[in-house]
Amino acid sequence: MKLRRTMMFVPGNNPGMLINAGIYGADTIIFDLEDSVALSEKDAARHLVYNAMKSINYSCEVAVRINHISTPFGYKDLETILAVKPDLIRLPKAETAADIEEIDEIITAAEIKHGFLPGSINMMAAIETAKGIRNAYSIAAASPRMVALAIGGEDYLADLQTSRTKDGKEFFAGRGQLILAAREAGIHAIDTVFGDVNNEEDFIAETTRIKEMGFDGKSVVNPRQINIVHEIYTPTEKEIDHAQRVIAAYEESLARKSGVVSLNGKMIDIPVVKRAQRTLAYANAVGKNEGGTTL
Amino acid sequence: MINGVGRDIPEKIAGIKSVKPYVGPFSYVPTGRLMGPRIKINKPRSEKVLASIEQAIEASGLKDGMTISFHHHFRNGDYVLNMVIAAIAKKGIKGLTLAPSSLNTINEEIIPYIEQGVITAVETSGARGKLGQLLTSGKLSKPTIIRSHGGRARAIECGELHIDVAFIGAPACDTYGNINGVEGKSACGSLGYAMVDAAYADKVVAITDHLVPYPLFPISIPQTQVDYIVPVEAIGDPKGIASGALRISKDPRELLIAQYATTAIEYSGYFKQDYSIQLGSGGASLAAARFLKEKMQKKGITASFGLGGVTAPFIEMLEEGLIKAVYDVQDFDIPSIESIKKNRNHQEMSASFYANPHNGGPIVNQLDVVILSATEVDVNFNVNVITDSNGVIMGAVGGHQDTAAGAALSIVVAPLLRGRLPMVMDQVHTVCTPGETVDIVVTERGVAVNPLRADLKDNLKAANIPLMDIEELRNIAYEFAGKPDPIEVSDKIAAVVEYRDGTLVDVIRTTA
Repeated sequence: MKLRRTMMFVPGNNPGMLINAGIYGADTIIFDLEDSVALSEKDAARHLVYNAMKSINYSCEVAVRINHISTPFGYKDLETILAVKPDLIRLPKAETAADIEEIDEIITAAEIKHGFLPGSINMMAAIETAKGIRNAYSIAAASPRMVALAIGGEDYLADLQTSRTKDGKEFFAGRGQLILAAREAGIHAIDTVFGDVNNEEDFIAETTRIKEMGFDGKSVVNPRQINIVHEIYTPTEKEIDHAQRVIAAYEESLARKSGVVSLNGKMIDIPVVKRAQRTLAYANAVGKNEGGTTL
Repeated sequence: MINGVGRDIPEKIAGIKSVKPYVGPFSYVPTGRLMGPRIKINKPRSEKVLASIEQAIEASGLKDGMTISFHHHFRNGDYVLNMVIAAIAKKGIKGLTLAPSSLNTINEEIIPYIEQGVITAVETSGARGKLGQLLTSGKLSKPTIIRSHGGRARAIECGELHIDVAFIGAPACDTYGNINGVEGKSACGSLGYAMVDAAYADKVVAITDHLVPYPLFPISIPQTQVDYIVPVEAIGDPKGIASGALRISKDPRELLIAQYATTAIEYSGYFKQDYSIQLGSGGASLAAARFLKEKMQKKGITASFGLGGVTAPFIEMLEEGLIKAVYDVQDFDIPSIESIKKNRNHQEMSASFYANPHNGGPIVNQLDVVILSATEVDVNFNVNVITDSNGVIMGAVGGHQDTAAGAALSIVVAPLLRGRLPMVMDQVHTVCTPGETVDIVVTERGVAVNPLRADLKDNLKAANIPLMDIEELRNIAYEFAGKPDPIEVSDKIAAVVEYRDGTLVDVIRTTA
């Protein structure tokens, strides 16, 4: 099971952060060439990220957020970065399936040029406008390379003509649409960043909320947020125990060749069995081991 | 001759009385008797309070070539050392040995007096900035002697460091010489380093900005040891003496190191009810206090005692009952000073009680776990905390050697890279703490266990931390930063680094 609980943004123009990006245990690191890099630094950031990826062996998934192909930087970003085979290209401000299709073609060409396995470079898209949300499914389904949809933060709220609130009403519609689109397309749904790094309480509340909505993970901006998200996403002992008992009951019913699964005298539906299977697969994937540091 | 950590120590070093090479942490067996100060007399109704530092210098009988001492409890807010040396210089006294418990940047003011020959030799735990550069330059007539806090207490008690006059900054002092560190505007908390000086110096001068009527209570340094008292306007800058509560680091790399270090403690086998702990005052150590606290609460265990170098996170643990008692040689912040004043379970101790290897037993011998920082570590686990990447003195040995030797588990924390310099390397420039006393090295990219501790390595396998050989850590560091060329040095020895038992663990040569 591929985990993307945390996707950590790392500004592409900060060599110190590029060097250490891989040590904090994020499931994915995203080297950013877009919003965290000033216009005057775009070339430098592209060059730094290229060289970091070429020389450093990162042990996690490495993504690069390119500038949109409608800007003067997007194509150059792709040309440079694809040569060092990122695991994932993240497109910002995706609005149509055509955006995805065009980048897919560029990646396909790069894979041939550099002799990479065809289809080995994945894509994800961040949706940051109402139009993008409306097209979310077609964006998600536009290429077999697509592995995740993410919802963008401030741009999306500006487009909606609203702003951040404590309980996240402003994101309600967008998050709801995004998770539906991602699930229909069978890919991950990733939530937006929470920028107030020192506000642990609200960060925990927001992360808990988006996990309950069905999101697979969250974009983070600081290594200190990683453990918090991972903890929220780690199944509890109680959940694991329950899942194990559900599976045992299910297997027993199979052995009895009975269509009825019951646990403690209560009937269990097949979706509950599926959820239990998912919980156990998840616990396995996060390497939940007794008391160890889950980083 | 090659010593026990593979360093080439000349058989004779000009200016050093006897050169004994380091063999092993407990190899040297002392003989003989302790040194005693001169016998004193003070007749009834005689006056100890003098009008000026000049008068005290005269009364103490300070002459050319003698040794004077100071404590560094006022840290970077210290006025005493600078003002006394200025007064000594005015009197035309020359050729003194300066033997403070340590030196801070604020003491750079005395550089002209070293250049003028008022001070011609220095014995200290360390130095920073321009003073560090000067001590590395070889311009003094004798090599500087670097000693740990325990080693200094030992050297004083056994007579290797004989103090003629100790000048003791006294945050509170009564008219008959009783001193404590917890009252007055320049309160610094524990006076642990000064206690040894007061007990063994021939003459003791208290310099105070808080002279109170007799008697003062509580007493840290008693009237029986104090000869003269000089009231002055100010002995220190409170802002430099103690910070407010130090904030826990937000540097993710320090936090990661702290997390690995505390997880290592948790799985080491020493994390049990009534274990004991010392933490440093660096960023990673303070963060470690927070994580350790969480782990202790989760596991429901408490510590029998904490040792230090005391900081606010430690005090919080004391007050919450997670640590039963704190033994304190020095305070770093205001909450610690407040605590030692009011909390009976927060005990002041002398540097000798803390760490002297040649007494009936220092408290470091009872220590289970210590976290120490490092400037450089090598593949033999030797640690450098004194010289920088240019070979210049920029730190202090402090209690590093003492706690590493005494504790059952000594953990050294350091970033693997500082800027573009590797911190785990083939050979440290200066050995301060021998690798055989270091059990675990923790960096942000990996944790290495000393091969001497196979038991620990087994225990840590269950912890989810990146265990690797120290050579692997070095390789990662070199892969990023390249292998640094050795620092070019001359034959001239600028300083010697004593091990806590008085043998030489390394020498510091002047840089080319």
